[in-house]
Amino acid sequence: MTANAKNDETWRRVAVAVPYLWLFVFFLAPFAIVFKISLADPVIAQPPFTASFDEQGNLAASADSFRFLLTDKLYVITYLRSVLMAGGATILCLALGFPMAYGIARSNPATRNLLLLLIVLPFWISFLLRVYAWMGLMNNHGVINNFLMWLGAIDKPIQFMYTDFAVFVGLAYSYLPFMILPLYASLERMDLSLVEAAQDLGATRTRAFWDVTWPLARAGVIAGCLLVFIPAMGEYVIPYLLGGPESLLIGRVLFDEFFVNRDWPLASAVAIILLLLLVVPIVVLQRYQARDQESAA
Amino acid sequence: MKRQSRFILSALAFGYAFLYVPLILVVVYSFNDSRIATVWGGFSTRWYGELLQNDSILDAAFLSLQVAITSATAATLLGTMAGLALARFGRFRGRTLFSGMISSPMVMPEVITGLSLLLLFVTLQQLTGWPGQRGFSTIAIAHTTFSMAYVAVIVQSRLMAMDESLEEAAMDLGGRPLRVVFDITLPLIAPAMIAGWLLSFTLSLDDLVIASFVSGPGSSTLPMVIFSKVKLGVSPDINALATIIIVTVSLGVAIAWVVGRRATRPS
Amino acid sequence: MKDFIHIKGISKLFGDFVAVDNVDLEIARGELFSILGGSGCGKTTLLRMLAGFEVPSSGTIEIDGTDVTHQAPYDRPVNMMFQSYAIFPHMDVAKNIAYGLRKEGVAKQEIDKRVGEMLELVQLVDFRNRKPEQLSGGQRQRVALARALIKQPKVLLLDEPLAALDKKLREQTQFELMNIQDELGITFVVVTHDQEEAMTLSSRIAVMNEGRFKQVGTPKEIYEFPHNRFVADFIGTINTFEAVVTVVNEDGIEAYSDEAGETLSALGRQLIEVGQNIEVAVRPEKIFISKEKPEEAGDVCIEGVVDDLGYLGNRSLYRVRLNSGKMVQVSSQNRRRSITRFLEWEDKVWISWRPRSAVVLLD
Repeated sequence: MTANAKNDETWRRVAVAVPYLWLFVFFLAPFAIVFKISLADPVIAQPPFTASFDEQGNLAASADSFRFLLTDKLYVITYLRSVLMAGGATILCLALGFPMAYGIARSNPATRNLLLLLIVLPFWISFLLRVYAWMGLMNNHGVINNFLMWLGAIDKPIQFMYTDFAVFVGLAYSYLPFMILPLYASLERMDLSLVEAAQDLGATRTRAFWDVTWPLARAGVIAGCLLVFIPAMGEYVIPYLLGGPESLLIGRVLFDEFFVNRDWPLASAVAIILLLLLVVPIVVLQRYQARDQESAA
Repeated sequence: MKRQSRFILSALAFGYAFLYVPLILVVVYSFNDSRIATVWGGFSTRWYGELLQNDSILDAAFLSLQVAITSATAATLLGTMAGLALARFGRFRGRTLFSGMISSPMVMPEVITGLSLLLLFVTLQQLTGWPGQRGFSTIAIAHTTFSMAYVAVIVQSRLMAMDESLEEAAMDLGGRPLRVVFDITLPLIAPAMIAGWLLSFTLSLDDLVIASFVSGPGSSTLPMVIFSKVKLGVSPDINALATIIIVTVSLGVAIAWVVGRRATRPS
Repeated sequence: MKDFIHIKGISKLFGDFVAVDNVDLEIARGELFSILGGSGCGKTTLLRMLAGFEVPSSGTIEIDGTDVTHQAPYDRPVNMMFQSYAIFPHMDVAKNIAYGLRKEGVAKQEIDKRVGEMLELVQLVDFRNRKPEQLSGGQRQRVALARALIKQPKVLLLDEPLAALDKKLREQTQFELMNIQDELGITFVVVTHDQEEAMTLSSRIAVMNEGRFKQVGTPKEIYEFPHNRFVADFIGTINTFEAVVTVVNEDGIEAYSDEAGETLSALGRQLIEVGQNIEVAVRPEKIFISKEKPEEAGDVCIEGVVDDLGYLGNRSLYRVRLNSGKMVQVSSQNRRRSITRFLEWEDKVWISWRPRSAVVLLD
């Protein structure tokens, strides 16, 4: 190999090594540390957990945090509630997002771009402020209650805020664009004449939808659902601002365990189990996205 | 125009109302004179004035901007390198792990990313003494880490859609590989890099959870200050702040859209 | 000097897949050489090894006496015109063409002068400052050509140079390409899947399949004397008869074919033994068709029935069913209208050809 060619290799190595090293240190290594700390015991000290090795150099790992998590009903219920809430929000997003994505994909090109832009626009506006906007709407003296009372439909305010309902609405509102975009991508790629062909062959509109449109949109449906479900599982802001004290979700428990109770090992264990719950959906999502990118290329 | 069924049209109408009515109401109420944010007390711009005198919000906004600019720039550099490596270097040792690490931060729940990075910083501090104080640098590092994943994906997909023979042609004509990157590749992926920078910038400004974990005492980003205020309920100066953000973003996007449309219109 | 480009025992493997399998080739200076084959036959890989984008798994490539096997693309005296043309979209026409000279560090004035010459050569003088997106397909092709020629390479590689153009433009561009090659005397190596293109353009053709050369020769040799079934089928249409060799002569063979129901003679170019199974092949236009048995002595004559016919204006196509059931294609010029006009479906006919029109195919 000539000296020139060697030089050319060097910059390539650098281009791989720098981001590689960065991710290794700031993404992969932290997980190892989380795992390590989840096996420690909490103490009142700085930092508030025991060392992995005692003074004699013996391994001092304890699965106490995990044992506690899996036996204490509160945590098991919280995990289950998180799955249910995230799942419910996903279904809500799908029910509203599918017809919207379908409508956008079928509109004429000029309108389509504007409609898409309006779906993406909220991404650029602060997530926190968008959740905050609902506080003003759902308050006991908020716009919705005021409006309903003005209509005479109710005579005293309905309690929206600090309920699971509010958390559902907040989740669906925040993550709706994540559902619509992949759905739109798969519906837009679909050849409309396929549906016409199915109808031509005698299928009713409903039949044609279930036989043709739905299977072809499946990749988008799966990607969209996972893109909503995964972040919703770990959501902290929405349950905190809109949910009641008893509407605990796992993200909020982790946050409180860490900051309020200062039980770092337990918070780490909560994170590890949450991660284990999400490994399957994350891997499935990545597989779909990789395939999607290949088919686009 | 294909005819849309009534069901689809009402879903669209409801969906867009769902997305935008809350935002519009925030804008309207930001001009509300009443201190009780949900009762209309006449038109006023006093909350904007109060906002400008709120030092904690202004300081936080300044810190957030600094962090956003720093992390977006670092993320664009790192992400572009990673995108190039994934799209153009073929197979190299550790590629599977690399692409896994690139795409994971995007789907990782924020609480996990935040917790793990904080624990890393604490451990590093114990071992090396750095970072002595958590604040600007730790938040910027955290934001760079998840933003670079987005940049890498945007750059990678732009590169995959780009004809590789453009770079081969330049090499065939005597351009050495690094030269070709600057002559051909970077100019052609510049739009993707800009998009990546803007997205990183927004993600950084937007982040509350990760910043809450990795920041130290005395360094609060704008979302952290907003959060500590809205925890207590609706507050009129936050309405004003939200309005400023909504209007700025909408104007920016509208301008970009009009410019983009003019650019793509056939000449 | 026949071995201006000398490829010796070159192979390329991608994992287990053998893309190019132990190929030898010599190309003379100033030749317009085509590598012809279907998709996936290895022709593009071979071209990319000549350009330096792929390093051969084994074997060597010499150009003008220098071993370039491991030379990087930017160090080779070789330039390439890409199938997609690969015009840099962010540079205007002049900048695109000048790119190679700029990387060489040629003085600006010299660059301007030579870009001007190139623009003249490809008739794009008025398009100097156009952006690529304002050019038609044909104009892009010419920019790509000019850009690849400006460094006066020893060899110009062309990857499917005309595939992106529509049919009419393709024919016109073919001749332009030949003129430019003639004018500059640069050795051209063309990769194409289009047999007509290869036939018109090239001084010699290599027909490639599954990573190997099936035959190398002039267009005429390849058409008239295909060595094997693949080449015969790939270029034009051909009728083949399975046969067993009965006699081997100085310059040919005789073989009995059940399908034809006759003993057929053919020119044999390979070593053939009596009793060997071979195929005798005849091109449709080499076969005469008539209602009466032709009197010509020594011709092969076989009786059959018109199964199908088609009128193509300048010629007619017939499909004749022999007694064995074998179908034979015949193409006949329509100047002998008075005879062929009377042929109809199910007419009994005689087909005949000169023994020298038939060739032996081995595999």
